[in-house]
Amino acid sequence: MNIIRYESYPTLSNAFDRLAALREDMDRLFDSPFGSFFRTPGSLRNWSPALDVYETKDDFTVVVELPGLKKEAIDVSLHGDILTVSGERKADEKKEGQGFRTERFYGSFQRTVTLPAAVDAKKVKASYKDGILKVVLPKAEEAKPKQIEVSVS
Amino acid sequence: MNHITPASDQNALSADRPRRYAYVTPFVDVQTADDGFVLQAEMPGVSKTGIEVTVENGDLILVGHRESLDTSGDPVYLERRPADYRRVYELDPSIDTSRISARIDQGILTVTLPKAESVKPRKIALD
Repeated sequence: MNIIRYESYPTLSNAFDRLAALREDMDRLFDSPFGSFFRTPGSLRNWSPALDVYETKDDFTVVVELPGLKKEAIDVSLHGDILTVSGERKADEKKEGQGFRTERFYGSFQRTVTLPAAVDAKKVKASYKDGILKVVLPKAEEAKPKQIEVSVS
Repeated sequence: MNHITPASDQNALSADRPRRYAYVTPFVDVQTADDGFVLQAEMPGVSKTGIEVTVENGDLILVGHRESLDTSGDPVYLERRPADYRRVYELDPSIDTSRISARIDQGILTVTLPKAESVKPRKIALD
């Protein structure tokens, strides 16, 4: 199954920023961190950190790329089977008279994942290392696969 | 004119150059000042041992090798690209390459590129 990410489009600000950003993105088209399909320029996008979801028979693991944050700035919450990861990254202040070219995203982000099965909220563990947030969500007992004996009469 | 430009030689075909599609280009913020440049590259999943910063022929080559996550299980949904990070910059000749320093913290590689002392703007006093 080929999954295309949803990217939201905030209103345009500066036409020249758009053109400059478009030029840079064209140069990097095939090396995009988000895949080889065409991307909208940086000034048109919100920050949507990439995430992966893995499943074993006992748990789910959700991995989110969130470089450069303090762990206090990351909020992980679970409502039923919906996991929400959110937070905010503030840009460093620009000093007077200096240039600053930015490709990285700043501001607030939010990613939401609906897990395919029920999880045990009391046993969820999250860790943040090397800019990667890893959330391990053990499945609820009733959601784990069970072997059913087949009896032949 | 002071600038750092991405090197265009990533397209060059060469037997000893790594193949392009094995790498992903990280986002980088560039801050310019009178006394030098500061680059901040996003390389989540790279720890200190995975960083390679090289200066070669006036180019600054940033490579980050990802640690493999110790996640078990089958992928349900994947957005992250499994490739390592690589980006090359052409260095302005005013940069003092012997004083380039780099550090990594929570996936952000910060490279400081100071300019050589002699090229900093100096006021000339009038007699």
